[in-house]
Amino acid sequence: MSELTVTVLRLGLLVLLWVFVMSIASVLRTDLFGTRVVNRRPAAPKKANRAAAAPEATTPRPQRNPRVPTQIVLTTGPLTGTSLPLRDSGVLIGRNPECTLVLDDEFASGRHARILRAEDGWYVEDLGSTNGTFVGQYRVGDPVPVETGTAIRIGRTVIELRN
Amino acid sequence: MRRAITTITPARGRNVELVLTALAIGVVILAYVNVSVAESGEVPPDLLGHTGILAGIALAVHLVLRWRASYADPIILPIATLLNGIGLVMIHRLDLAAGRDFSSGLALRQLIWTGLGVGIALVVLVALRDHRVLRRYTYTAGLAALVFIALPLTPLGHSVYGAKIWIKLGAFTFQPAEIAKILLAIFFAGYLVQTRDMLALAGRKVLGMTFPRGRDLGPLVIAWLAAAMVLVLENDFGTTLLIFGLFVAMLYVATERISWVVLGLGLAAGGALIVHQFASHVQTRVLCWTDTFSEEGMQQCGQLATGIMGMAAGGISGTGLGRGRPWLTPLPESDFIFTSLAEELGLIGIFAIIMLYALLVERGMRSAIGLRDGFGKLLATGLTFVLAIQVFVVIGGVTRVIPLTGLTLPFVAYGGSSLLTNWTLIAILLRISDHARRPEPEFDPASMDAPTQVVKAR
Repeated sequence: MSELTVTVLRLGLLVLLWVFVMSIASVLRTDLFGTRVVNRRPAAPKKANRAAAAPEATTPRPQRNPRVPTQIVLTTGPLTGTSLPLRDSGVLIGRNPECTLVLDDEFASGRHARILRAEDGWYVEDLGSTNGTFVGQYRVGDPVPVETGTAIRIGRTVIELRN
Repeated sequence: MRRAITTITPARGRNVELVLTALAIGVVILAYVNVSVAESGEVPPDLLGHTGILAGIALAVHLVLRWRASYADPIILPIATLLNGIGLVMIHRLDLAAGRDFSSGLALRQLIWTGLGVGIALVVLVALRDHRVLRRYTYTAGLAALVFIALPLTPLGHSVYGAKIWIKLGAFTFQPAEIAKILLAIFFAGYLVQTRDMLALAGRKVLGMTFPRGRDLGPLVIAWLAAAMVLVLENDFGTTLLIFGLFVAMLYVATERISWVVLGLGLAAGGALIVHQFASHVQTRVLCWTDTFSEEGMQQCGQLATGIMGMAAGGISGTGLGRGRPWLTPLPESDFIFTSLAEELGLIGIFAIIMLYALLVERGMRSAIGLRDGFGKLLATGLTFVLAIQVFVVIGGVTRVIPLTGLTLPFVAYGGSSLLTNWTLIAILLRISDHARRPEPEFDPASMDAPTQVVKAR
């Protein structure tokens, strides 16, 4: 076999090794950018996009209303700054690792409260917690309606609903 | 501009995994062709047969992952396959140099061990549906690890090159300390997830660092003593470093206290100094490390010098597989496989391999971050550190960053116990990563209203 072929084979192996490393790196990119930033301004094409991209969103959404919250943000407490989207299936809050929002707060119960969706908007409900769930001054018992800007206090954590 | 941020549910990535695994097999095939061309000037006639076995093994793992862990990390399997394959090719190449053909060579035995290791890994993947089950066996695992580490001291023990780390069962030799690595990771994870609050919060503040209380130091001291025992009685410096490094790393991850690292390094340095005073073989190791090319160093451990010379001979782009002389170094297929590879693949090739280890470690850490239970986080970190410390100790040893010790390069070096252990470790990591990447089950409000089920405690 000619010297050229041998050299090509030798360098080809090194190249292929690095191609392998690089292709892994390109797969990893999805990991680095785990959240997708989308523009909200162009409303019309966006809607079409969403309908095409997310067929599960077929449940008729109410018109975008600034008072209807779309995400929750933790404003005080150990996890300050954490945010997560409000899903139609609701958000379970507590210290139990099963919860959607796992609090790192000694004053929270395992399954402390949940934010759930009803026909006419979002509600927060206490699940029999020890230290209670507060909306403003009031301790939550039965589901209480909440809207954008409402602050829910659980132990040392304050959760705010945002749009 | 107002923007919204939506989280993306992770793709399962099984197809990506298939493609990458195929690419890994492709690299191995090309490496095999390189060896064969260098040796006999032609493409090997049994090319497809031999690489087919490896491809079959990788495919089996892939299919089981599709079946049982469909969200597992798609990058772990291709990397493990490639490392294992490159190791096989290198061992085969050294077989040829030593005049052994495939059927009688070490490569075939390594291939059989690979098959066995993957077999065990598949059993683990199928049987272990949830890594949290392992937490029940925290103390069992700790005890078993101690027993495994101490086994070579029993009459079963078997000494090779002065290191008493093997046991002999019939014709089989096995290093029980390898299995102990996984068991220890389980034990440390289970123990630390329970006690980390106490370890992290209680203590006195000295020089801006919170030092733990004396009574909380107990486990650290026990780990240190166990490690020292292994070092003194079995002459196994590598495992000592591994156990101690693992423990300190996991303590740090569990508590976020830099003081543990300071204490750990201090204890390790103190222990090393004491042992250095009394054990002559440790003094030799240190001499070889600091003064490799001196007359005495060459005499005591010439392999370190030849290994370095080999790497130098390889240069930037290497001599090409099958074209160097790695067999000049003793143990070129096990302890010194790194220098063998570095000689023939050069700096470019060996950095690709180091990169692969780095990516593997990154994937382990990523799984740990993605998990939501503390035990799993610590377990994933621990297992990842087992891999990372092995790689560091081996590569650091042969490149004179630290004294040379006898650990094996995961997946690449020749050795059955190491292969079995590392494939099992990979299986657990895959299981954990499946948990970490699986989207959380949609919360079903109806289940909240259902009456609480009474579950028996045990």
